[in-house]
Amino acid sequence: MKGKLGRGVALVGAGVGKFGAFPRKDSRDLFVEAFRELVASVDNKGFDPTEIEALFIGNYSSELFEHQGHLAPILADWVGLTPRAALRVEGACASGGIALRQGVLAVASGLYDVVLVGGVERMTALPTEAVTDTLATAGDVLYEFPAGFTFPGFYAAMATAYAARYGMPYEALMEVARKNHAHGALNDKAQFGMTIRAIMDRRLAKAREKGGPLPGWRDELDFLRDPGANPPVAWPLRLFDCSPITDGAAAVLVVAEELARRFTDRPLRVLGTGQASDACLYGRADLTSLRSAREAAAQAYTMAGVKPSGVKLAEVHDCFTIAEVLAVEDLGFFPSGQGWRAARDGATHRDGTIPVNTSGGLKAKGHPVGASGVAQVVELWKQMRGEAGPRQVGHDVDLALAHNVGGTGQTCVVHIFGRG
Amino acid sequence: MAERDFTRTSFEEHLAEGYLMGVRCRSCGALSAVPRPLCPACRVEDLEWVELSGRGVVEGFTVIHVPPTPLAAAGFGRDNPYASAVVRLAEGPWITAQLVGVDPKRPESIRVGLKVRAEVIHQGEAARLAFRPED
Repeated sequence: MKGKLGRGVALVGAGVGKFGAFPRKDSRDLFVEAFRELVASVDNKGFDPTEIEALFIGNYSSELFEHQGHLAPILADWVGLTPRAALRVEGACASGGIALRQGVLAVASGLYDVVLVGGVERMTALPTEAVTDTLATAGDVLYEFPAGFTFPGFYAAMATAYAARYGMPYEALMEVARKNHAHGALNDKAQFGMTIRAIMDRRLAKAREKGGPLPGWRDELDFLRDPGANPPVAWPLRLFDCSPITDGAAAVLVVAEELARRFTDRPLRVLGTGQASDACLYGRADLTSLRSAREAAAQAYTMAGVKPSGVKLAEVHDCFTIAEVLAVEDLGFFPSGQGWRAARDGATHRDGTIPVNTSGGLKAKGHPVGASGVAQVVELWKQMRGEAGPRQVGHDVDLALAHNVGGTGQTCVVHIFGRG
Repeated sequence: MAERDFTRTSFEEHLAEGYLMGVRCRSCGALSAVPRPLCPACRVEDLEWVELSGRGVVEGFTVIHVPPTPLAAAGFGRDNPYASAVVRLAEGPWITAQLVGVDPKRPESIRVGLKVRAEVIHQGEAARLAFRPED
């Protein structure tokens, strides 16, 4: 591996649709919504979408979620791109991130100058148990599924291993959820754009309406400790440790760097990209770190020529609260065994030393699995251009990172962006 | 036994006969509790079945309250959770299986480092692997 791109690649547009549960929308409708915001985001009004030469779509399982295979050409048709090449990339919850990487590599190769990268998933048409089954197929259906593991269960096992090794109290995970909900409350595209406090207050108001005894929650942590309000899903992970089931889509416009200023005066440069694989849980040597994340991050840092300490903001794959703890260590922001303190101490808050998941993360923004890796990059686009509105961080973000994990870390993809 | 393919089907047949069988690479000695035709360490196609002791230690675990549909159909759920674990076998390789003989309603009583022993649970013709705490 040469460790560098064949030519410079830039992002010149980005869009994300509203995340949530939309029974009246199919994935093509969600994708159109993200595409429309992307087109509007391209500064130079002369942008003609017919300049797009190919479409790369991240999607985990339209077959199981919507009973629709062969999704990419339909999406190309719905945004008026046929007969251009359209293809789908699948890497479980990292589908979006690896679709972006394939788009970047396609432009870097010189074959295309302008490609559209999208991610989409429509998950809420299935009942929860069927979603649980579908997500579990991102693990090993021969050796993990029969052992009773669900997707939250995999990460729960990592949480117990991490807590046993490093002495993390499980309540530290609640601080990750609190932070990401506080961030999500500032994101109008988020599925759960509410602080934990607001959710608690809403429950109290409902209880008051109904009459009868009121829950005696003193504060947010007290609310999260209550198994009635926050029941276990896969102990030690509870409802508020888990990202929700979400419909949503996101898209970015990837072009050759030499052409970037035709589209915008403020492009983002792709400084680094890395991707790695790993065995399923039974093939690992450690449950307290994702080897694929460390490998993908090392590739991206090396390509970009930067260190973790230079990163000003990151969107990381917090499908579960413990996943964010592992991520901030695997990315080198915190030493091993210290990541669990970051949210509690404020370091990863919006005004902290390394803001993590200012979008609300998968936890609060929502996790339409194939879309998440692209939606992370849309957040970086907004923060790096000063367009993040009420959640814009106070410092200048000239270097930002996205970390997108598939399954339990059998896939990880990391991207690093600078300003053009 | 040695002539069986290194597949999931063979793994389950061994379990049904009461054995936890893994594969060992004759070339580099690498062991895997999950059978496969190619050595994952040295990629040589020279494996043999070996019986594993079934003794192991819990590396990580969970208690599932929201089960997948087959286990929900078997009666598991919020009121009847179950435990699953990643187990490091005494010979080195890891494997995933349910934990039995533990109290899923008191997850604090289960811990990483717990010593466990393999047990085969027979369900009609099918057999599946589980682990039970040692004494």
